[in-house]
Amino acid sequence: MTSTWLIRGARMPGGGPTDILIRDGVTVEVGTVLDSRGATVIDADGLIVLPGLVDLHTHLREPGREDAETVETGSRAAALGGYTAVCAMANTDPVADTAGVVEQVWRLGRDAGLVDVQPIGAVTVGLRGEQLAELGAMATSAARVRIFSDDGHCVADPRLMRRALEYVKAFDGVIAQHAEEPRLTVGAQMHEGEVSARLGLTGWPAVAEEAIIARDVLLAGHVDSRLHICHVSTAGSVEILRWAKSKGWRVTAEVTPHHLLLTEEYVTGYDPVFKVNPPLRTAADVAALRQALAEGVIDVVATDHAPHAVEDKECEWAYARPGMLGLQTALSVVVKTMVEPGLLDWDGVADRMSRIPARIAGLTDHGHDPAPGVPANLTLVDPTARVRVDPSQLASLSRNTPYAGMDLPCQVVATFLRGEPTVLDGKAVR
Amino acid sequence: MAGHARHPARKPVHGTDRDAPSETSPLQHVKSNTVSGIRGRTILTAADLGRIVDRMAHQILEKTDGATNTVLLGIPTRGVPLAARLAARIEAFEGRRVPCGTLDVTLYRDDLRLRGTRAVGPTAVPEDGIDARRVILVDDVLFSGRTVRAALDALSDIGRPSQVQLAVLVDRGHRELPIRADYVGKNMPTSRAESVRVLLREVDGVDAVLLATANSDGHSGVDGPRSERRSE
Amino acid sequence: MIKHLLSADDLDRDTAIGILDIAERMAATAGREIKKLPTLRGRTVVNLFYEDSTRTRISFEAAAKRLSADVITFSAKGSSVSKGESLKDTALTLQAMGADAVAIRHPAAGAPHRLAGWISGSVLNAGDGTHEHPTQALLDAYTMRSRLGHVEGLRVAIVGDVLHSRVARSNLSLLTTLGAEVILVGPPTLLPVGFEKALPPGASISYDLDAVLPKCDVVMMLRVQRERMIDSYFPSEREYSRRYGLDRRRMALLPEHAIVMHPGPMNRGIEISSQVADSARSTVVEQVANGVSVRMAVLYLLLGGNA
Ligand SMILES: [Zn+2]
Repeated sequence: MTSTWLIRGARMPGGGPTDILIRDGVTVEVGTVLDSRGATVIDADGLIVLPGLVDLHTHLREPGREDAETVETGSRAAALGGYTAVCAMANTDPVADTAGVVEQVWRLGRDAGLVDVQPIGAVTVGLRGEQLAELGAMATSAARVRIFSDDGHCVADPRLMRRALEYVKAFDGVIAQHAEEPRLTVGAQMHEGEVSARLGLTGWPAVAEEAIIARDVLLAGHVDSRLHICHVSTAGSVEILRWAKSKGWRVTAEVTPHHLLLTEEYVTGYDPVFKVNPPLRTAADVAALRQALAEGVIDVVATDHAPHAVEDKECEWAYARPGMLGLQTALSVVVKTMVEPGLLDWDGVADRMSRIPARIAGLTDHGHDPAPGVPANLTLVDPTARVRVDPSQLASLSRNTPYAGMDLPCQVVATFLRGEPTVLDGKAVR
Repeated sequence: MAGHARHPARKPVHGTDRDAPSETSPLQHVKSNTVSGIRGRTILTAADLGRIVDRMAHQILEKTDGATNTVLLGIPTRGVPLAARLAARIEAFEGRRVPCGTLDVTLYRDDLRLRGTRAVGPTAVPEDGIDARRVILVDDVLFSGRTVRAALDALSDIGRPSQVQLAVLVDRGHRELPIRADYVGKNMPTSRAESVRVLLREVDGVDAVLLATANSDGHSGVDGPRSERRSE
Repeated sequence: MIKHLLSADDLDRDTAIGILDIAERMAATAGREIKKLPTLRGRTVVNLFYEDSTRTRISFEAAAKRLSADVITFSAKGSSVSKGESLKDTALTLQAMGADAVAIRHPAAGAPHRLAGWISGSVLNAGDGTHEHPTQALLDAYTMRSRLGHVEGLRVAIVGDVLHSRVARSNLSLLTTLGAEVILVGPPTLLPVGFEKALPPGASISYDLDAVLPKCDVVMMLRVQRERMIDSYFPSEREYSRRYGLDRRRMALLPEHAIVMHPGPMNRGIEISSQVADSARSTVVEQVANGVSVRMAVLYLLLGGNA
């Protein structure tokens, strides 16, 4: 099957309007007034073209909780959010801790064909934090796993963490740490501070995150391994990362859209749609995270897209599962929190949401600006549009978006995965 | 409690008396003046009130064998000072002290759902109680009769009088229950759209009875926070 | 006009005083031969108890019955609640039954807030996890007022496991709203981190009970649970009792007029000694009686507000 697309007049981040000719999965020409014969033309006047977005942190729930999300529904949500690749977290049921499970997820992604689904492998067997999973087998499987994470759980044992960091050097792997000292967060429900004191909810102290990050950057420095910190949420974590990076250690970090926008004050009504792990923090933390993302101390935005079935959210706060939808709203939230206040330009967005995450994940087909011969993984964005978030309109099987009713800027108009549209006119192609 | 703080903002006023039926009649324009911050046409002056209370005291003496074995129970708010005035006049005329008390009926009302919560007043029964005595309930305005109905219920929970009578300063008609007063200071035909406002020195700083047409000019002047305590 | 009582923060000064005033009237009827009032005839009040608390449940039941409401009690034991029906499904059932008010006791903080979003009737927080227990605070304020004549200007020490105490949270809010000064006293492990920044005006924190007692009008002792010791909040019951328990020696430090309160149930010999609990200064027994009057007042206020 061959198909030819001509995107006319899209603006590249930091550049002027340009035409992009795509054929057989790759960009063949970039310039002005290209020959449109045989091509389907997309008028992209006023639109911005970004390298397809890459999410380092997605929970697709399949296998195990197909009532909350499947690889296919999550992939569709991702495409609609402008993503061309997502890294699927390992905390499925069964856990993605063997070559068999990661290959299954990888194939499900292929079959859905809406984004590249890159499985993340578990660091330890069953996420139990006791024994290393067969990291090498997952790395050499068809899924070519490079990121390993026990996300949802912290690799709390320092010796085990050290071994994992060292071991994955053999295949250029990276350990993505969910930084949460478990002994400091027993029963934790929300950020520990004046709001938790008032609401009578058990606190999740910032230090529980910061202590693990401090330990792990030291370990990464000591064994000269790659460490990635998931969902950084506190100003203190930012300071530690800044220091670690100044040492030249190979540490990267992500922040979620919700930690860039929402604060602990949202917990006040006890609606578990705002329950997430790590929890929503203070306004000062939000400001520090935005600044860190602008400066590059935090490298990327990752969604931590975490679908949950209705019954896991329509309940008492303490009984609710933590997590929020993110894929379809991430770009809008980043524009609202970073671009609109002038902290980041569109080229910066391309870095934080595509180029750098693609590099961290080792996804060589992704994170490239359109150029002749490069796989056409691209996203067209209308920067002037505004959308009101309606949970029932989201492609995810779940409804747990914290942004319901909010007006957010910008809209993904089209997404191309290897030269084929997955989204056109803001709608999923299938 | 600042009762009015919990009193629901009332919708367009129809009769402002607390038992006001919901029906409204065509608006009437009346020449208003203002007494003690309350707008309305003066129907009775302080002098009228004095004469009326005297007459009622005499009537009570006649019909109660000289106020023997009799207890006056005022219904808050303005029934309470009225009862005290009647007792004072009876003592002046006959030299007999009539025990006086207070009977709050708030918790016995049937319009909680319609009118919302009100402050609850005190109930104070004279030392010797009301059992086997003649109780005269005293209130300022008799309208639908629902307040008196509540008072009868309240009374039966605190004792068993041998007889219950009712004394009101103004009977404005529009009864919704088979209730009549034994002593009426002034019969005052009104339309349902009108409201009768009794002002007493002890509560309002002035003695007068006003008639106002509710909401005739957007605010009748009688639907302020003070309307909370306006009695039937 | 308030529709729900989820937190003592829902009460402004006038409303709180109004409840205490009405409670006083309600208490007056308790001495009569006929205690029942017809006020809430035809209304349905549901007691939804996910925690065992006979004392609070009976108090709410008595309050609703004295006002002639129809009372239905759902206990965690012996109903669908224990079979794992979700709070949401239970709420839909209550809604279908036409509950005018639901008093809910629940181990999870915020459960009453959730319930209030699912039913059209009034929700009364009868204790939610480690969050609040607003009617307890009201009855405590009522007790202070009836013993000492006023609440405004009183200096009240709340002593013990403030971190896990819904009674402490509700009292802190209500008492400061009413103009009292509140001193939270306990080991630092049992005082919430960040509380000093969250304190309302008129409230402060102390770790030293002996220093606080001589200037107190009221000392309120909180129940301390044994599992807190296992969790290293304090080293031993003996040490806790030595540093933060109220015994006869400590009671002697109080001004002569000061009263001793405890929301019950008491751990005699740990946070309070028997001599103190049974002394004339102790209001423990009247607190229970006052609970019914205060809850009557709250039910009257909330249901009246549903017009
Ligand atoms: Zn995580």
